[in-house]
Amino acid sequence: MDSFANRRHVIRFIIILIGLVFIIRLFLLQVVDNTYKVTASSNVLRYVTQFPARGLIYDREGTLLVYNEAAYDIMVVPQQLKSFDTTEFCQILDISKEYVDENLKRAKEYSYYNSSIFLKQVSSKTYATLQEKLYKYPGFFVQARTLRKYTTENAAHLLGYVGEVNEKIIKNDEYYKLGDYVGISGIEQSYEEHLRGQKGVNVYLVDVHNRIKGTYANGRLDKKAKIGSNIISTVDIELQAYGEKLMQNKIGSIVALEPSTGEILALVSSPTYNPELLVGRIRTKNFATLTNDTLMPLFNRALMAQYPPGSPFKAINMLIGLQERVVFPNTKYECHGAYYSGSFRMGCHSHKPNVNLVEAIQMSCNNYLGHVFRNILDNKKYSSTRESFDRWREYVTSFGFGQNLNSDFNNELKGIVPTKQTYDRVYGENGWRSLTLISMSIGQGELGTTPLQMANMTAAIANRGYYYTPHIVKEIEGDYELDERFYEKHYTMIDSSYFEAVINGMDLAVNEDYSTGSTAWRGKIPGITVCGKTGTAENPHGEDHSIFVAFAPKEDPKIAIAVYIENGGFGGTWATPMAKLMIEKYLNDSIAVPWWEEYVLNAEINYNAKKDQHME
Amino acid sequence: MQRRINIWSNIDWLAVTIYLVLVFLGWVNIYAAVYNEEHQSIFDFSQRYGKQLVWISAALVIAFFVFIIDINFYSYFAYLVYGIMIFLLIAVLIFGREVHGAKSWFELGSFRIQPAEFAKIATALALARYLSTFNVQLNTMKAYVRVAAIILLPALLIFLQNDTGSALVYFTFILVLYREGLSASVLLLGLFIVLLFVLALVLEKLLIILLSIGIVFIIFWFLNRKLKNAAIGFGILVFSTAILYGINVYFNLGLTYYYIILASLGFSAFVYIILSIRYKVRNVILLLIFLLSSIVFTFSVDYVFNNFLGEHQQKRINVVLGLESDPFGVEYNVNQSKIAIGSGGFLGKGFLRGTQTKFDFVPEQSTDFIFCTIGEEWGFLGTFFVVGLFIFFLYRLIGIAERQRSAFSRIYGYGVVSVLFFHIVINIGMTIGLVPVIGIPLPFFSYGGSSLWAFTIMLFILLRLDASRLELLR
Repeated sequence: MDSFANRRHVIRFIIILIGLVFIIRLFLLQVVDNTYKVTASSNVLRYVTQFPARGLIYDREGTLLVYNEAAYDIMVVPQQLKSFDTTEFCQILDISKEYVDENLKRAKEYSYYNSSIFLKQVSSKTYATLQEKLYKYPGFFVQARTLRKYTTENAAHLLGYVGEVNEKIIKNDEYYKLGDYVGISGIEQSYEEHLRGQKGVNVYLVDVHNRIKGTYANGRLDKKAKIGSNIISTVDIELQAYGEKLMQNKIGSIVALEPSTGEILALVSSPTYNPELLVGRIRTKNFATLTNDTLMPLFNRALMAQYPPGSPFKAINMLIGLQERVVFPNTKYECHGAYYSGSFRMGCHSHKPNVNLVEAIQMSCNNYLGHVFRNILDNKKYSSTRESFDRWREYVTSFGFGQNLNSDFNNELKGIVPTKQTYDRVYGENGWRSLTLISMSIGQGELGTTPLQMANMTAAIANRGYYYTPHIVKEIEGDYELDERFYEKHYTMIDSSYFEAVINGMDLAVNEDYSTGSTAWRGKIPGITVCGKTGTAENPHGEDHSIFVAFAPKEDPKIAIAVYIENGGFGGTWATPMAKLMIEKYLNDSIAVPWWEEYVLNAEINYNAKKDQHME
Repeated sequence: MQRRINIWSNIDWLAVTIYLVLVFLGWVNIYAAVYNEEHQSIFDFSQRYGKQLVWISAALVIAFFVFIIDINFYSYFAYLVYGIMIFLLIAVLIFGREVHGAKSWFELGSFRIQPAEFAKIATALALARYLSTFNVQLNTMKAYVRVAAIILLPALLIFLQNDTGSALVYFTFILVLYREGLSASVLLLGLFIVLLFVLALVLEKLLIILLSIGIVFIIFWFLNRKLKNAAIGFGILVFSTAILYGINVYFNLGLTYYYIILASLGFSAFVYIILSIRYKVRNVILLLIFLLSSIVFTFSVDYVFNNFLGEHQQKRINVVLGLESDPFGVEYNVNQSKIAIGSGGFLGKGFLRGTQTKFDFVPEQSTDFIFCTIGEEWGFLGTFFVVGLFIFFLYRLIGIAERQRSAFSRIYGYGVVSVLFFHIVINIGMTIGLVPVIGIPLPFFSYGGSSLWAFTIMLFILLRLDASRLELLR
């Protein structure tokens, strides 16, 4: 009757076969394959970064310079968007409809389910207005961020600025994620790791709509954000501001150091810019403007401009001569308006004909230094000029020239002190003599130095033989020590006993009567012994640069300063009174003869011309 | 020829126990799927698990009533019940309420019921009644047509309600027909058509044509047991193809491979027919018709696929076949489902600890995707147990069906097995990405009164028939 009864086996076989297929599939899915477990946790775990406030920056007197202001990024999750009143939305945020369309499109392209930035850095006022109405705009939310804010419009170069990380930084340092901020120059860059603090993270469980459902594992994986350490800078903001004011309508740089510590009191590069310009949404636009400015306001001349050292370098040659015992305080050379050697002539300016070492510094005698320099290089102690040149070079570099001073700025230039190979290349190994290099005797020629190096040299002279590495940060709040290198004395190769004669010359240069041939009489401050040396750097492109280095007071120096005015001509004319005003401001906090201030402030030195010249 | 027997002592308690275990596990997982801290009481009737508790209680009452009805009722009134169901299916098309795009619900106040769920029972009964009728055998055209009508009429009506998934369930009755004598070749042909359909979507048409030619030659060799004939036939085809290819290249006609193959096939077919008549070789014409229809079918698949299936159905099929990737659309559900199940691991995350299902990553998690909760919270151990239990249950029900003394009871039993089997395969298969997403519930597990009651009634009618099997003397 039932002739197909055997077919039950086929049906049972089919059922069991499919059952087995399912069980194998489930085994592969659940036990063998681990990828689903990972995907599952990225599905439900949301890591919300806690951004710590960036550390504040103070000046050496404790004046607040840089702080933070809350700003709000408007974020969007495209998947949660519903249609909304665009007109009102645009009105609140002060944006155009096109902006909305464009940025929603961008966000969707980035990710449909993850949030991305819709509008950066709206003010707290806008945020307050929006917050009330946010319920009308599902898919949008606000993420708090901080922006840098400044109490001063000065010191932009040394403070530096903060910007969004680029892909290179993200690739090299896994701390940073897209959209994070990082210090890009100045203190902000050098002390980034202290200022930024440590980002924290909260791990939340979220549902499919990205709604937070609670903390994960009772917050065991959470990491608290650590706020950034505050930094006390060595800068004296009043002095800095004064320096920038003095530099108005001039191109150049002023660097002031405290010789006993190497602390930078002021670091002026002119022209400069208001640090506020490089914050927030306006940065991109302003950055472009500043970059295109022909006067290069973003270029930090104090660290990166290389000028010939000019006459202040005579002090170094003189010291080397003394140390090498090829010149003595009572050595005299007759000067007839120039240094002669055979048919060679190196001009000098008019001063009394017969000068000793101290007077040579005081009157900046080129002839005297020509003799000293050749005595050094033609010293019979050494077998050849090349060997004595090497010796000379060692002395020079012991003052910090031709190398990074290794300050806490990342963009210092090394400057140039030529090596014998430099000359070998040009003249052949035996083709050069001491006379070939003679222009370096008065700080011209192949030498290149930055204003920071010149200030450092002055500090080394003020200290009678050593210097501390210049630095811009005095203290990091918390348990952080400054780097050891800032506490280390760097001795020059000159014995301290040889400095007195040179320093006396620098004293006389400022404080002797004009009629005696003192070059720096404009640097005189009643009641303070300023020691200084003027200089003029030959400039193949135009008017010479005006240079002055000085320190004061003569005994127990508190400040060492270098001033460079591009195209300022003779050092005594502009650089000297400016250094005087800076020293007076720092030591006395007032200016005895306000006339000098006016004299400097009213000066416009090749500034507008240069600006116009490039604008064509 | 009947005798009275105490039906209560003849109930298959093993099957009842498995039923209760399945329903209980279903409820536990619904509780886990919709669980949240605010509603912890299991008697919270605003929540799905609370409501499901009501449906379960009602289902047990219904089961009891199914049991006290006389067994003759089911066979006597099978056609009437079927007729009423057809009437209801038509009525729901007119008066029904649309839920999720399917117009398949009657609404009485807050109470909703889906006649399609119950139509399966009526169809199983009517089919059993017809096939058990004296003298009806599945070898006449008349019988085929009537059987097809019984099965396809409700399927068509449900398809019209836009509930394709529930309509597809009716194809499962082919298993019943197979058991009752439908030629195995029909089953194989059905399988072949499905296979061809899938291949036609995935592979190049040319490859399929070549494959079918190969298959036909192998079948020919099997049927005639003469390698020589098959080899000669193959030689003719290769020879004509080579000549056509040569002509094409020589005269630079620019014909594609399609035309060359099809033309040489046409030429060879002509030669085959002449030869087969001349030498009286059997099966040649039949096989040629078979080959021709598969080629036509292959080319029509695209047309059918593009014109007869809705866009979302096309997508679901494409996603399973790996032809289309749509991670946030159709694929999203399957992906999230696989993530949930896969993340369960061997032991699972533990009861109420499933993050994927709890936070709504898995869609429809208390109804169609309830299996995800099992997979995530109970791991491979849980899924192995549930799949194993279902298979064992089906195995047991086949045993019950086979021990029936009346054909009606046996056929009905197979009807129950087929419907349950189809639901289980499709539902679990879609959660683990083996089958396209077709929205039909997992029997006894999925949330919902209609489906639970329908499966309960269906099962308990079988158990009722089984309990009285000994009353029928033979």
